[in-house]
Amino acid sequence: MSQVPTEAPARWRHLQSLVPWLLPTLLLSVWELSARMGWLSTRVLPEPWAVLVAFWQLASSGELWEHIGVSTARALSGLAIGGGLGLLLGLLTGSLRWAEMLLDTTLQMVRNIPPLALIPLVILWFGIDESAKLFLVAVGVFFPIYLNTFHGIRSVDKGLIEMARSYGLSGWQLQRLVILPGALPSILVGLRFSLGLMWVLLIVAETISAQAGIGYMTMNAREFLQTDIVLVGILLYALLGKLADVLARTLERLALRWHPSHQSHNGAPA
Amino acid sequence: MTTPTPLQPRKGTAVRIRGLGKRYGARQVLQGVELDIAAGEFVAIVGRSGCGKSTLLRMLAGLESGTQGSIELNHQPLARDRVAEQGVRLMFQDARLLPWKPVGENVALGLSGPDVGARVQEALAAVGLAERIGDWPTALSGGQRQRVALARALVHRPRLLLLDEPLGALDALTRIEMHALIERLWREHGFTAVLVTHDVSEAVALADRVLLIEDHVVALDQPVSLARPRSRGNAAFAHLEGRVLQRVLQQPLPTELSIAAL
Repeated sequence: MSQVPTEAPARWRHLQSLVPWLLPTLLLSVWELSARMGWLSTRVLPEPWAVLVAFWQLASSGELWEHIGVSTARALSGLAIGGGLGLLLGLLTGSLRWAEMLLDTTLQMVRNIPPLALIPLVILWFGIDESAKLFLVAVGVFFPIYLNTFHGIRSVDKGLIEMARSYGLSGWQLQRLVILPGALPSILVGLRFSLGLMWVLLIVAETISAQAGIGYMTMNAREFLQTDIVLVGILLYALLGKLADVLARTLERLALRWHPSHQSHNGAPA
Repeated sequence: MTTPTPLQPRKGTAVRIRGLGKRYGARQVLQGVELDIAAGEFVAIVGRSGCGKSTLLRMLAGLESGTQGSIELNHQPLARDRVAEQGVRLMFQDARLLPWKPVGENVALGLSGPDVGARVQEALAAVGLAERIGDWPTALSGGQRQRVALARALVHRPRLLLLDEPLGALDALTRIEMHALIERLWREHGFTAVLVTHDVSEAVALADRVLLIEDHVVALDQPVSLARPRSRGNAAFAHLEGRVLQRVLQQPLPTELSIAAL
């Protein structure tokens, strides 16, 4: 091959894209090595390969999918209940003055209670039932969505609302065409916050007590000192959290195509 | 083919304002305003900043209610919550396009019926933006956005078009183009037009009558009988513009301003 001057920077760029992976690869190799050499007890940290094998075994027996299914169903039902309620109340207090007067102060007070502080009360109310987990997740995701919906509706450009009214729009049409799309960027920010909280709360709820789910699987493995399965559980939470974030970002990109910030993203090379 | 004659009865709304007053708290903005605008007439309102010319226009658009007095459109009292049905449309200082709707859907706002698509096409073609129908408003220039706003007003076939300094933010060349466009569409559609502007030359170029609002009332009502289309280089044009401008400036400046000017 001839030595073209542009080739060198191209190769350099290629190498540069590998740099972020240098440290993780190094850590993994050190980890694998120290486990194999016996410097690291399998009870503290099993070798990466063992984690992979445990993952494979759980996956092929179908057990893994069952736990993921149960946990995801819990997370999503909690999100649907808490998020739906937050959206509804946010729309209400955002659009109607009397609803704000009636509800907002109370909600702002309740917001300052960390959802996890409710655990003793939740156990007293619901026992260690499924409903206890749903309640915790729902309470946690409620506030980010409520606050951002309320804020989003209040910050819709007043000029656009005035324009739409003077063009004969009112009621549901005004909500659907002007107020909701104007509040949407803010509502989606709330959704992303909620998705993060959703997994945190679910992890805690599932480790308290459960008969199935990723938390149950991990706590069970701990009883039998199966550190590899514990690690599989932890990594699963990381993966599911990342997946939820990717989905929320995709939703944002699709719903906010009109937004200048998203247009410039589309135009820029990846 | 028939040529439009300015003498035939127009499709515009006649406006009748009697004893109209507006007060914000302790500040009286307008008081005892009396004004008749004939159907199809083009009226420009000039005046210093804060004289109440925009307030008058916003009252005509039903966005604000008067403190005293009455406004009648074609002998019907103006109903604040139904001005759109009374055929009134307003063009704002800024285009106020919904950024989350493509140009075509912005123009179609508040429109219903089987022929919406064709009407939107037609309105956009009239302002020369037919090919931008699918673009986002953020992709347009300031002048193009105002043309879309004009199309959005025209698609409703308004009988009274109110223009609240719609060209204030545009550059000089775009303004002259927009003047020609607005004049042409006014002649074609025959609506009544009320333009609020701080630019006396713009007022003289477009209007049949130039009104000056001063001390809460209509202080000058100057007919402009120049033939259309008007050319700014024309001596009669310059004479009239100079006269109106002088009259606007005649009013002594508020004291703090005159001190600052020295």
